[in-house]
Amino acid sequence: MSDAPPAPPAPPAPTGLKSWLTTTDHKRIGLLYFWTAFIFFLIGGLEALLIRAQLAQPDGHVVSAETYNQLFTMHGTTMVFLALMPLSASFFNYIVPLQIGARDVAFPRLNAFSYWVFLSGGLLLNASWVTGPLFHAGMLNVAPDGGWFGYANLTERQFSPGPNIDFWLLGLQVLGISSLAAGFNFIVTILNLRAPGMKMMRLPAFTWMTLVTQFLVITAFPVITVGLVFLMFDRFFGTHFYVHEAGATPLLWQHLFWLFGHPEVYILILPAMGIVSDVLPTFSRKPLFGYPVVVYSGILIGFMGWGVWSHHMFSVGLGPIADSVFAATTMLIAVPTGVKIFNWIATLWGGAIRGTTALHFAVGFIAMFVIGGLSGVTHASPPADLQQTDTYYVVAHIHYVLFGGTIFGLFAGIYYWWPKMTGRLLSERLGKWHFWLQFVGMNLAFFPMHFIGLLGMPRRIYTYGPDLGVSTLNLVSTVGAFLIAVSILVLVYNFVRTRRHGQRAPNDPWGGATLEWSIPSPPPVYNFSVIPTVANRLPRWRTEHHGPMTDPPAVPPAPIHVPGGSWWPVVAALGLPVMALAPLTHTLWVAFLGAAVLLFGIYRWAFEPFEV
Amino acid sequence: MLRDRHLGTLVAVPRLRLWLASAALAVSGCGGPFPQSTLHPHSDFARATDVLFTEIFWWAAAVFVVVELLLVVALVRFRHREGRPAPKPTHGHTLMEIAWTLAPAVILVFVAVPTVRTIFATAGDAPPDALKVEVIGHQWWWEYRYPDLGITTANEMHVPVGQTVQVAITSADVIHSFWAPALGGKRDAIPGRVNRIAFRADSEGDYSGQCAEFCGASHANMRLRVMVESGPGFAAWVEQQKSGAAAPPRASLAELGKAIYTRSACIGCHAIQGVSPGIIGPNLTHVGSRTTLAGGMFPNDSGHVARWIADAPALKPGSIMTRMQPPLTDADVAALVAYLAILK
Repeated sequence: MSDAPPAPPAPPAPTGLKSWLTTTDHKRIGLLYFWTAFIFFLIGGLEALLIRAQLAQPDGHVVSAETYNQLFTMHGTTMVFLALMPLSASFFNYIVPLQIGARDVAFPRLNAFSYWVFLSGGLLLNASWVTGPLFHAGMLNVAPDGGWFGYANLTERQFSPGPNIDFWLLGLQVLGISSLAAGFNFIVTILNLRAPGMKMMRLPAFTWMTLVTQFLVITAFPVITVGLVFLMFDRFFGTHFYVHEAGATPLLWQHLFWLFGHPEVYILILPAMGIVSDVLPTFSRKPLFGYPVVVYSGILIGFMGWGVWSHHMFSVGLGPIADSVFAATTMLIAVPTGVKIFNWIATLWGGAIRGTTALHFAVGFIAMFVIGGLSGVTHASPPADLQQTDTYYVVAHIHYVLFGGTIFGLFAGIYYWWPKMTGRLLSERLGKWHFWLQFVGMNLAFFPMHFIGLLGMPRRIYTYGPDLGVSTLNLVSTVGAFLIAVSILVLVYNFVRTRRHGQRAPNDPWGGATLEWSIPSPPPVYNFSVIPTVANRLPRWRTEHHGPMTDPPAVPPAPIHVPGGSWWPVVAALGLPVMALAPLTHTLWVAFLGAAVLLFGIYRWAFEPFEV
Repeated sequence: MLRDRHLGTLVAVPRLRLWLASAALAVSGCGGPFPQSTLHPHSDFARATDVLFTEIFWWAAAVFVVVELLLVVALVRFRHREGRPAPKPTHGHTLMEIAWTLAPAVILVFVAVPTVRTIFATAGDAPPDALKVEVIGHQWWWEYRYPDLGITTANEMHVPVGQTVQVAITSADVIHSFWAPALGGKRDAIPGRVNRIAFRADSEGDYSGQCAEFCGASHANMRLRVMVESGPGFAAWVEQQKSGAAAPPRASLAELGKAIYTRSACIGCHAIQGVSPGIIGPNLTHVGSRTTLAGGMFPNDSGHVARWIADAPALKPGSIMTRMQPPLTDADVAALVAYLAILK
């Protein structure tokens, strides 16, 4: 614990609905991202519970085939685009400017725009659950049902005539705009707004991984956007990008989707790796072992993530040469990943490890991600993958990577940065309960899936027979899923309890080395009363050559001008879902209305005096 | 075809199977059988992938033990205790970095070399005397054609034991994936494209499988079987399938059924040799000789056939075999069931 007395409370910030709708403060936007993403995470989890309830027994009758297909499609889509990515984004928003010693992101209004576009894309996608009657169908009838991967030609109008796939492809296009805007914003922020002395190789590991992630975002999202626009043209305007009868091939979609989809995996995992790389040094009281190697391997993973997409397509029959090349590139990615894991263990080695909840989750990340990584190597081998792909073995793999990996990493971030973001410490006792319930729950839920898959159960099937011999394993998996749900309830209770009864956080409850711990919790609206000058990679720690930095004074020596909010980002953002409604309702004038709202918002935004 | 490689590692296969099976048993509390297990190969193709998986599995297991052990040791040994001196602020170690970059790279060479060899060995090439079977995926059933034998059937493939089978896979609508785990890995059925696999079954049996690529509402109900038969057994099946459609006895219920069949919408989709030429649904010329119905969902008995004819979408979500308008009477259905049953 820091010896410094708690800083005086931050000056009161404006409250009320208007202040949240018009905010351009990266901290508030970070909190908006957090709560929105957390609610989508709960919705995605509910969908998972329904899936597991259906599969708890053979020949289950909890939901119909059609509902089941919507559930697994929306579970995947929600978790990837509406939960994991924006939960990472909440930390990009809140923490990255603090870690680099900045007063905000480079483009605060663009940041607000990103959030509102994300929210409208998420609402658009989920509106499909309840808007069936508008399309002369029942409730729970028009949600996307083509899988989160939406393979053409199943998603063509001929085979999916309803609005289900339209919701999906329009929602994803809207979300892509949000991700792209945020991507550019954070790249510029990290490159241009670093405090004096904060050289690139002094950036905290989390900020580094954020930077790599954003480069992946701005290069990967255009690819899926192209794929989605083709699909939209096929469905609405009768083009034939994926129609083999017209001389095209549905495989084009698979190439485009996975050319996006594999970098997307790293978009999901790299921020969590960054969090772990920050949490482990703090709680083992030792600098990150091999910092440059960890950074370079993160960059390398980002680059190599572009050369492996066809490993999702080994059963497509691309030929032995293509299969061999993609097997080799895929296996190579295990090298920088392994290097990171060894460096994390070396960081713990010789340290003074304090078993906080954040450390529990960071170590849980390593332990679980190793399992996911190793099962990944088994299907990097195409012949072995021919037995494993599209079975529960792969479902086990992705959940060890994305739940055991990304979720554990993000939850480490929640327990680590919660005091900074809210000014109160989450209960450590409840945190340990949460961790152990989730740890046991996830292994019960996902480990049996390895066997279920190897014993021949394909994924994405709404029913299976008792003759398959996997009934008990499926029941165990369902029990595990509900145990995870209990652990999440503990987390929610911890949030609620902390709001009133949580211990107030000092500037630095953990003894962290990075700049965000040098200012009050939560930080004042201007973040740093004086922009710090950074002399080394661990500014707040005593190292061989440096003493710890002096934290900025609690009261700014000179008044700090903070720009006010703006209505125009939220107005402009509203134009996009309105435009998306046009194809959904087959009404042309709605498209013009949406475009007008968007252009009006951008016009006013462009001519708004910034220093208001 | 496949040469006998990896003789040394074959020894490891039973051990892996024992380990996995006993672990699965311990958890599941039941002893199987596991009709779609990938760990019980019954062809050269399936064995090759199984041997490869076994090799990789043991490498992965070794790495798993080492890494998790290091992690646990670090956590136990370096817990914070009051009074201990502050940890030394080490920043890195170049030699160690090189070591743990090279170690996984070397292991991956041991994984990559057999991988590439197996890729080429299982690329789907077959000798010219192989039995050719064309597989066509439909929403949601499998059509099999034997071009050299002039046979068309559905959902149940018959092949002789010990002879290489060359399977050419495509689709009539969306993407499916043909998968009979005991006989080999899956291959996608893609419209406008033909994929090939080859396997030589090494023991007789009735092997089940199912579509492995999500293909719409009834993806779960697109099952299949491969019956591996002795040489004479297969020859007898071929003879039976090459014969024309059975004619119902005069003045029987089956004859009435045939009359109803020929004047109903059935003929628009289904083929019965000499009776109707439909190509949308499964060929029914020898439907009575099949053991299952509706894409392998139900046993082919009169009760299920009757329910199926009366209301297919109620049994199989999304089925394009709609309820007949006007509906068939129970008597009509009974007659149709009798007719289909004699089509052995």
